[in-house]
Amino acid sequence: MKGKLIIFALAALALIALPLAFQWLGFMFDTGTQGWVRIMALALLYVLLALGLNIVVGYAGLLDLGFVAFYAVGAYLYALLASPHLIEHVEWIKDAFPNGLHTPIWAVIPLAAAIAALAGAVLGAPTLKLRGDYLAIVTLGFGEIIRVFLNNLEQPLNITNGPRGLDRIDAMNFPGVNFGKALELGGLSIPSVTLYYYLFLILVVVSVVICHRLETSRIGRAWMAIREDEIAAKAMGINTRNMKLLAFAMGAAFGGLSGSMFASFQGFVSPESFSLPESVMIVAMIVLGGLGHIPGVILGALMLAILPEVLRYIGGDVQNITGGRIDASILRQLLVALAMIVIMLIRPRGLWPSPEHGKAAPAPLARK
Amino acid sequence: METFFQQVINGLVLGSMYALVALGYTMVYGIINLINFAHGEVLMFGALTSWTVVSLLAGSGLPGWLILLISLICAIVICAALNFTIEKVAYRPLRNAPRLAPLITAMGMSLLLQTLAMIIWKPNPKPYPILLPNEPFNLGGPVIGVVQCLILGLTIIILTGLMYLVNRTKLGRAMRATAENPRVAALMGVRPDMVISATFIIGAALAAVAGVMWAANYGTVQHTMGFLPGLKAFTAAVLGGIGNLAGAVVGAVLLGLIEAIGAGYLGELTGGVLGSQYVDIFAFVALIAVLTLRPSGLLGERVADRA
Repeated sequence: MKGKLIIFALAALALIALPLAFQWLGFMFDTGTQGWVRIMALALLYVLLALGLNIVVGYAGLLDLGFVAFYAVGAYLYALLASPHLIEHVEWIKDAFPNGLHTPIWAVIPLAAAIAALAGAVLGAPTLKLRGDYLAIVTLGFGEIIRVFLNNLEQPLNITNGPRGLDRIDAMNFPGVNFGKALELGGLSIPSVTLYYYLFLILVVVSVVICHRLETSRIGRAWMAIREDEIAAKAMGINTRNMKLLAFAMGAAFGGLSGSMFASFQGFVSPESFSLPESVMIVAMIVLGGLGHIPGVILGALMLAILPEVLRYIGGDVQNITGGRIDASILRQLLVALAMIVIMLIRPRGLWPSPEHGKAAPAPLARK
Repeated sequence: METFFQQVINGLVLGSMYALVALGYTMVYGIINLINFAHGEVLMFGALTSWTVVSLLAGSGLPGWLILLISLICAIVICAALNFTIEKVAYRPLRNAPRLAPLITAMGMSLLLQTLAMIIWKPNPKPYPILLPNEPFNLGGPVIGVVQCLILGLTIIILTGLMYLVNRTKLGRAMRATAENPRVAALMGVRPDMVISATFIIGAALAAVAGVMWAANYGTVQHTMGFLPGLKAFTAAVLGGIGNLAGAVVGAVLLGLIEAIGAGYLGELTGGVLGSQYVDIFAFVALIAVLTLRPSGLLGERVADRA
């Protein structure tokens, strides 16, 4: 136990010191290091998303292929409520908010989570009683619907600004700390991206605690029972429909929350960020890491989020060798696709599966 | 009224192409209960293969219909080999695994095929040359192109052939038996593995035809072209009752008609609020509505929850 505590303390220290180390390294070698802190912050955002999807896919066993739709809902909600876009295009809002629309993030976060959860429940209600594969297709379709709307809702009333997206989104602003500017703390200047890094780190830690508590709770056990055998779970008195709805809504809430974080971090949202490959990528993260196992999910998310940045270094060489046919993004897509297939074939439970349920998939009864 | 009949023709043509793809989905689903996410990508490979063949033969002086036929045959062969390999590599080892596993490899396959197509053929959209006479027939108002006639005719011939194959031949009987119960079918002397491979090959051939027709009709090919037809064809299969061949055709034609007529009238009906760019939503709204109201589909018999 004591050894574990020490490891935890060391890990925490390392995570806190990481951006400072990058900053220092960048200072020493004069390579744009804000970039690396930025990548780490984005990776943490992906961890958040993966943890949310893990509730749906990992715990409850419902394949959701439209997860970015909820992410988009959260992102666009914050983008609309904290950017000049609505003021410029809607007359009565302009009259109502003469000083500009700057909804604070702490008001948007619960709203984003609630609306995403509601969307999840509305979508899930008719489809969750059906077979799992139908759910995959319906969520896929839902993701497409949201994307089509984001791309086209600029006429007759310009709401989403179409494919051009929304920009000039407020940075996060907690009382006393404006995330848009560097924070001066006793002679030490902490840049904006580092502030976001710490914020996301805190969020991830809180989410991990929530997920862990969920996993070991009555609800979590009900979800896993449904995942393993729905009919048996029903026979044990679990209200499977409500439990599945709960999982769906809760995962969606995570997505909405991460979305509004993303919008304020980037300061810009466009439909391009919420396409199907993004959904598949998040599914790949949790599948790769280990479905339903928090450390595995985090590992998978970090790996796939950082991979493209690493590939960028060798991307140039590959591009030269293959005559420009394969660049870094294509290489990433290729590797992700191969990983999804190969890992399912040789390690169907992921790279770091949960030890508790470490039994291999049930051996088929019939011998060939 | 003229617009209406024109849109009905367009809808029938679109529906026939969906039908060819939907049959592949529904046959595979009927036999191994798997959504073959990569099926739309097979269509895309067919179209791109045919594009390559057509480009190679462009200067040979052969007549257009012959070039199209040669490219169609090449596409069928390539797609059949491709789908056969996909099943063997990605689905067969997971036949007794938890349900989520093959679904995820199927998604991975779809992504892999798209990426490979991007590498082989480059990501830019390519124009598909016009090989058949471009002069449309006038049906007293609405018009129909030669390619569109070809699509309707080919679909009818293929459907008849498929119905014969499934209902009257030995292979068809084996397929139906395997769909019913693979283990019992095996006891009766059917080799399920062979039947499943045959199903994938037939499905791929249909998708290849659909892909070439799609390319000839819309005149452009690209590595992303398989996604939407695939998704919509699956919707059509569910609409008609998945696992049911006639249902897939009915669902596909219905979906084609809904989309074409909807695209023609959506702007008018909503007073310009929603334009034809929203047409892609119809399929999914229809899907959600059908799953809510009649989960077994229009012609489906049962959707037993095989957990």
